[in-house]
Amino acid sequence: MTTTPSTTSKAAPDEQFDDLTQQRQADLMGMWIFLATELMLFGGIFTAFTVYRFAYPEVFAEAATHLDLKLGTFNTALLVTSSLFMALAERAVNAGQRRKTLAFLFVTIGIGVVFLGIKGYEWHHEYTEKLMPILGLAFEYPGAHPDRAEMFFNFYYVLTGLHAVHMSLGLVTLSVMVVFTWRWRDPSRLGRQIQINGLYWAFVDVVWVFIFTTQYLLRA
Amino acid sequence: MSEAAANQASESYLSRGWRLRDWLFTTDHKRVAWLYTVSITAFFFLGGLAALVIRLELITPEGDVVSADAYNQLFTIHGVVMVWFFLIPSIPNTLGNFLLPLMVGAKDLAFPKLNIISWYIYTIGGVFTIAAVITSGVDTGWTFYTPYSTQYADRAVVAALTGVFVVGFSSILTGINFIVTTHKMRAPGLTWFRLPLFVWANYATSLVMVLATPVLSATLILLILERMLGIGIFDPALGGDPILFQHLFWFYSHPAVYIMILPGMGVVSELITCFSRKTVFGYHGMAISILAITVFGFLVWGHHMFVSGQSLYAGLMFSFFTFLVALPSAIKTFNWTATLYKGKLIFSAVMIYALSFVGLFTIGGFTGIFLASLAVDVHVHDTYFVVAHFHYIMVGGMVTAYLGGLHFWWPKMTGRMYPEIWAKVAALALFIGFNLTFFPQYLMGYAGMPRRYQTYPEDFQILHVMSSLGAGVLAIGYLLPLVYLLWSLRWGKRAPPNPWRAAGLEWRTDSPPPKHNFLEPQTVTGPPYDYDTIDNK
Ligand SMILES: [Cu+2]
Repeated sequence: MTTTPSTTSKAAPDEQFDDLTQQRQADLMGMWIFLATELMLFGGIFTAFTVYRFAYPEVFAEAATHLDLKLGTFNTALLVTSSLFMALAERAVNAGQRRKTLAFLFVTIGIGVVFLGIKGYEWHHEYTEKLMPILGLAFEYPGAHPDRAEMFFNFYYVLTGLHAVHMSLGLVTLSVMVVFTWRWRDPSRLGRQIQINGLYWAFVDVVWVFIFTTQYLLRA
Repeated sequence: MSEAAANQASESYLSRGWRLRDWLFTTDHKRVAWLYTVSITAFFFLGGLAALVIRLELITPEGDVVSADAYNQLFTIHGVVMVWFFLIPSIPNTLGNFLLPLMVGAKDLAFPKLNIISWYIYTIGGVFTIAAVITSGVDTGWTFYTPYSTQYADRAVVAALTGVFVVGFSSILTGINFIVTTHKMRAPGLTWFRLPLFVWANYATSLVMVLATPVLSATLILLILERMLGIGIFDPALGGDPILFQHLFWFYSHPAVYIMILPGMGVVSELITCFSRKTVFGYHGMAISILAITVFGFLVWGHHMFVSGQSLYAGLMFSFFTFLVALPSAIKTFNWTATLYKGKLIFSAVMIYALSFVGLFTIGGFTGIFLASLAVDVHVHDTYFVVAHFHYIMVGGMVTAYLGGLHFWWPKMTGRMYPEIWAKVAALALFIGFNLTFFPQYLMGYAGMPRRYQTYPEDFQILHVMSSLGAGVLAIGYLLPLVYLLWSLRWGKRAPPNPWRAAGLEWRTDSPPPKHNFLEPQTVTGPPYDYDTIDNK
């Protein structure tokens, strides 16, 4: 949770803690609770989606066919792979391997950037197809019930957009981790920080799996 | 440790560091508590000012003090400020921030930097919202109901929503901090069932903060997106349902009621046991009741929507669960009275606050049961009966507990005693003024006076005048402590470490405590509230 390197001797806990074990447990617990709040954040929106999915099942299933399933699947695979590298980075930092940690972090970040690029391409594609009902843009949906379909796309943009925001934040904190790993000042603290980043990254991954399932896969 | 270093460690947290940056960049939970105290006091008086103008307007049946539009904005300001910027952070972020680490015997909260960051988020978000509300006017009420907020209301709604959204993060950070501190940083021997009830209450409050606030955040995001980008999740034209907004909103905002009242219950438990010189009656029941209220609190949000068109069967269930909340609440009330029974009562100012709380909370809770009944609610929904009910909980309960707690721990926080006689006057003014203000509102509400109206039939005038008079007395009850507490900072008597001979780790250290709270690590060997042992020493 704390991001500034310790100024005291190496491997000392912050002043409010008795020892490093206590600090590690506290940091991890803090992150888990934060993830619970994130779960409730997405949970609220998924609940609203579920309400409408049950209210207009045919229209939503039909609207989902207008998303790019291939790119979505590919992106899912990408993100799962990035989580693997994130886990490897955690292992490497705990084993004291600075260069490997750096390499794995770079791969994780790289995959994350590619994911966002593909997502951006998808959005652009939907924009040119006039399926982006935002800021008064024309919405020319070819199927039945364009108004209900617009509701589907509203959720699609809210969920994928919010997910992209979370990914971007994750990429920023991972870049900070790259800097810290580069400096390699307090490996025990760094180990904690990378573990916490790993939790966050895995969470973002899991949320994507839910988005992929509810938006892309539940189709007619 | 050298002698100089030892001396410095035993100095109080206030003795050095009086440059501005020592306060603005502090991570000491005790100083952050003060920053919060200053902020919420400012917001409280701002919200109170709006209420005062409202009461002034309502002295006469005609609208003559302000325009109808201004009236709508005034009650919006009052609601937004009091709920979001005063009640929710009030006890947890001031007394809780100061006391939680002390009570568990820790040197600080688990994440001191997040703690100060939460204050910045809160203050910046709050000031931003106020600026937006005051400069361009928001008249949605504090609940931002759709479709009015999305399709009809003024532009500043987005700014107000953004501010409230931002402030939510400060709640979440505080919640995380309190939960982790309670779990991981308790002193040796301080088991869960030896924790002070104040800690239990703040722990439960934190659970609500971290689990409910994000749902509000999600809802506010959807509102903001609907207004700014046209992503109409609640837009009926797209098959959207404005009632869905109410569901999501109350899923947060009912549990938020417990964010506002649970800490007050925690405070009052501490005060009553100390000034009855008796251990809390049914300690385990008290702790478990707190958790029960927290859990049931998540299942009752639909009682705000009995007349909104939700299904009757849903209404039935929500009504049932609301009655269930009354059970643990009643257990608490009975246990407070049982604690008083055969106690050696000391009628200090603090005790007057605590007893006021129990009485007013009981009336507020009891009328809550009326409102939980489906048929009665149809009659009194959106009337002053509801206004009176929640003010009995929020002001009669929470504000009274906050002031009581502030007095009780004032010597610990500042190292000074306040003038007892003036404190008694203030506590009585609060009790009398409060009842005079809000009891007539039950009567007029039951007789059909609707909320949020600037004008009313002449029949209601006598009750409205009484209510406005009471507001004046109430204002004295608020202003007096502001004066004599500030006075005491300079001229008050020096406080010993434990002026009330109270139990609890926070009283084992100096008043005010040193920077790291205790000079030696604390251990706990017995149950909480062991007043028999203390008094027989
Ligand atoms: Cu409620």
